[in-house]
Amino acid sequence: MEHSSTTASSATTSANKPQVVKRRPATGIWKDYQLYFLLILPIAYFIVFKYVPMYGAAIAFQDYSIFKGVTGSEWIGFENFRELFAMSQFYEVVRNTLLLNLLDLVFSFPAPIILALLLNELRVMWFKKTAQTLLYLPHFISWIIIGGLVYQMFSNNGGLVNNVITSLGFHSIPFLTEKNHWLLVYLGTGIWQSAGWGTIIYLAALTGINKELYEAAEVDGAGRLKKMWHITLPGIRSTIVVMLIMQLGHIMTIGFERPFVMGNDLVKDYSEVISTFVYKAGLQSAQFSLATAMGLFQALVGLVFVIVSNAIAKRLGEQGIW
Amino acid sequence: MVGGKGMKSSKTLTSIRLSDIVIMLIVGVAMIVCLVPFLHIIAISLSSKQEIMSDRVTIFPRGFDWHAYEIVFQDARMLWSMGLTIVLTVTFTAISMLMSIFAAYPLNKENLKGRSFFMMLIVFTMFFSGGLIPEYLLVKQLGLLDNLFSLILPGMISAFNLIILRTFFSTIPASLEESAHLDGSSHIGTLIRIVLPLSMPVLATLSLFYAVSRWNGFMDALFYITNSELYPIQLKLYQVVMNSMVTDLTAQEGAAQMDIIPEGIKAASIMFATAPILIVYPWLQRYFVSGIMIGAVKG
Repeated sequence: MEHSSTTASSATTSANKPQVVKRRPATGIWKDYQLYFLLILPIAYFIVFKYVPMYGAAIAFQDYSIFKGVTGSEWIGFENFRELFAMSQFYEVVRNTLLLNLLDLVFSFPAPIILALLLNELRVMWFKKTAQTLLYLPHFISWIIIGGLVYQMFSNNGGLVNNVITSLGFHSIPFLTEKNHWLLVYLGTGIWQSAGWGTIIYLAALTGINKELYEAAEVDGAGRLKKMWHITLPGIRSTIVVMLIMQLGHIMTIGFERPFVMGNDLVKDYSEVISTFVYKAGLQSAQFSLATAMGLFQALVGLVFVIVSNAIAKRLGEQGIW
Repeated sequence: MVGGKGMKSSKTLTSIRLSDIVIMLIVGVAMIVCLVPFLHIIAISLSSKQEIMSDRVTIFPRGFDWHAYEIVFQDARMLWSMGLTIVLTVTFTAISMLMSIFAAYPLNKENLKGRSFFMMLIVFTMFFSGGLIPEYLLVKQLGLLDNLFSLILPGMISAFNLIILRTFFSTIPASLEESAHLDGSSHIGTLIRIVLPLSMPVLATLSLFYAVSRWNGFMDALFYITNSELYPIQLKLYQVVMNSMVTDLTAQEGAAQMDIIPEGIKAASIMFATAPILIVYPWLQRYFVSGIMIGAVKG
């Protein structure tokens, strides 16, 4: 990200730089004091609210006491990690995190690509605009509200889908209370929420494809599907790869709100994930050190995933994310 | 995109083929899937109790009834939560935008000493974090528990939004800024008079992102706020609506029928909390498409 944007900006400025440099007296850092002044608060923010908690994660190696703080608590090495790795719940939440993320990767990842390809083919402009407006909407709805919508749609007693199913003479399906059905709903809800919004990045990439390629293909008698397969898809390949790396890199990281809102006691075999575990262990039962150890484990493994998947992409000749 | 538009629409008139219709049908189904849950919940919120109980409400209200909304609008605590969240969202968005501009503008200057160090400092936080608990303990130590600033300060700048903004700034021709400098304009003067007026679409887009994230977010409120007078609307909704839904779901058939909040009121509460987004969304929609496109292409 960093890399590509700097090259983009240097390309736009290089044309008019030489004569400017000549006229401007070089007065070093003092010339730019206003710029540094602007940076003070944002940098302070990142240090206080991002880097101080990284230092605070040291309590994963302590027997943390809220009264003694990070500086006063006793250091106990890897004791918290030993305790964590001995818990059967640890393996369960890690497995569930990986399971939910892998399912998302397999099923939710292609959804915006397919949708973007379809939107790109739409030629009736008002229809395309309406479609985009509607398809982006779920992205702007909170998980709490989505949780409410899911309940109203899928609950056993009174949910719209089950009402339709029973009125057709079939048995109602325990969408939210049986774990395998719940997985389907979890997955489907994710697609519902993010597929439309996800198309934006691909649609942006599609605008970069040379129109002449399509015209040339038409002359050669290529049909619509052929053009999609041989021109459109290759044209957005690098975007797909970057998005794939990002998602692979985040395979150990799971948001809190979606599993928290959608999960319930009957499906906790699947719905308990790392983030909800950290919340319950840390904030609800005040095992701060143990929960921090879990969080640190996730953050470190996640970082390794990001670095490795970026390296793989570069090895494959793609741009990568840095 | 802009260039292709005219070309494509003129083609429309000449040839709508079967494949066009198939594609429109598929996209149409996706649109309906997006819309049905909303229509259903609106229908429930406007239907009479008897019709809801007998499971006959689909996507049209039956036995039209405003009653549920009357109850929601008479609930002083719900209104209070809503007002609080509006103030919170506006404050958060203003502070976040200011901070993002403060950071993005200098970091776009290629000659700035230490630029890549600052960028690294910021980008690294996108891939690694201390975790929920150290963040919670920090907020606690700063004395921000049960304080609305705990919902403003910790999430004040999104590194992702900052990068989009910086990328946008880099597309503004440097010659414009340089000529302002030669006329004696300071950096901050240039930022205010030249850069910001040229950045309206991306500023609108990012404001929307910040506002929506604050309006919708509830994780931090769940962690940091225990005083129910300070509940933002989403947390309030969670306490009122979701809790009873989940109890309802996991309870044995027929066992927990006493505390139950009528479905119509749950639905009306959900609509009440969603309405501001639904009202603002169409207005801002046209900005964010162009705004995010610029960020996405270059970033």
